[in-house]
Amino acid sequence: MRAYKPKDDVQKKSYYTDRYWVAPMVPKSMVEDDAVFAADLAAIKAKFDVSDAYIQVEQMVVYIKPEDNVGVLKLMKEELGYTQLSEMSAIDWIAKQGQFEIFYQMLSMGKRKRIRVKCFIDQNQAIESVNPLFRSADWSEREMFDMFGVKVNNHPYMKRILMPDDWEGYPLLKTYPLQGDEFAAWYEVDRIYGKEARAIIGPEIRDSARVDRYDTERFSRLGFEVPMGAEPKAVDAEETPLAYQEEGGVFMIDKFEDDKTEIISDRKR
Amino acid sequence: MAQHQVNYTQDNGLPVALTTIDKVVNWGRSNSLWALTYGLACCGIEMMASGASRYDFDRYGTIFRSSPRQSELMIVAGTLTKKHAEFIKRLYDQMAEPRWVISMGSCANTGGMFNTYATVQGVDRVIPVDLYLPGCAPRPETLQYAVMMLQKKIRAEKAGKAQRPKRLL
Ligand code: SF4
Repeated sequence: MRAYKPKDDVQKKSYYTDRYWVAPMVPKSMVEDDAVFAADLAAIKAKFDVSDAYIQVEQMVVYIKPEDNVGVLKLMKEELGYTQLSEMSAIDWIAKQGQFEIFYQMLSMGKRKRIRVKCFIDQNQAIESVNPLFRSADWSEREMFDMFGVKVNNHPYMKRILMPDDWEGYPLLKTYPLQGDEFAAWYEVDRIYGKEARAIIGPEIRDSARVDRYDTERFSRLGFEVPMGAEPKAVDAEETPLAYQEEGGVFMIDKFEDDKTEIISDRKR
Repeated sequence: MAQHQVNYTQDNGLPVALTTIDKVVNWGRSNSLWALTYGLACCGIEMMASGASRYDFDRYGTIFRSSPRQSELMIVAGTLTKKHAEFIKRLYDQMAEPRWVISMGSCANTGGMFNTYATVQGVDRVIPVDLYLPGCAPRPETLQYAVMMLQKKIRAEKAGKAQRPKRLL
């Protein structure tokens, strides 16, 4: 049996210090533990600066300088057999150190290994495109630009990919509000009807469970409809009727009669 | 009358029915609601199921069309993103009067679970909606019920020109 703990103040005390669960860091190990990774790292180190390297969850993480990104990826693709760029994007560390972390997730089908190449760039620094090496970088780099505002040099078509072209702000930045800023909140109204319509359409209602049965401008109760804005009918005592047709029947259409219907119990009939 | 033993005043007396213009027009409108296919997300799957053989929307005269010019009912089934908002408005404008809109599912009604920057918080911010259908996703039976409710609503409308075109603004 578990020990008894008094529960009188259970609502008053917070049981968690962190607002969200913070995953503990996965343990890192030395690159020398894995012969394949050690050889790959030596090949990279021979030509480029590597500031840090370790193995985490059986994948090697290598930190390089941002200027070397195309060079390192080219070396890995052409000489080390890492022929696929399975993912790339940015991580927002602006609050902590004013930088973005860019990562390239590489896969070698021959060696059955994955390497993550990482580098840090400053907030307004651009990075060179790896699109000539990997076609998969085309959309990823556009997404990175769309979501973080990281500019990519020599990309063939540097344009937003998910958000509309005239969107303001970069939604995956930590500083971007989840429910959008002023521009996002009025985007569809401004775009379709113009700014004048804001007063008529009104702000977004973010409480998705909001139903006001006495508000006859926006709601009307099924079976008890009144004209827009009129006083609602007093129906508190009555049930909403589940009726498919009007009382007196419908012109040219047979009356639907509940008691003549048959409910089939054998579904496979 | 007496000779043929037919009671003309009863049903099936003669193939003649006396009624009003409103009723005839509304009978036609409500029983040939051609719907614009507007599946935007997961609700679209339920909408497709409603159109397929098991639930069979054709029985109600609701046949899915892929052109706004041929349809008078828009079933907005799914999440409307802000990027897509102007297209739904344009397609709605291309539909001929009279036209009706069913907003299907929480996302179309209120933005639903997508309480974010990129989702329109209810299609009624962009186009006028006649019927809101709750659920995530509503089952095909629910959509059938919504269409029948809409038919009922249409039958109560005036058929003449006096019917005001629906506009958000
Ligand atoms: S209401 Fe639910 S099922 Fe329908 S589109 Fe939204 S998330 Fe999908």
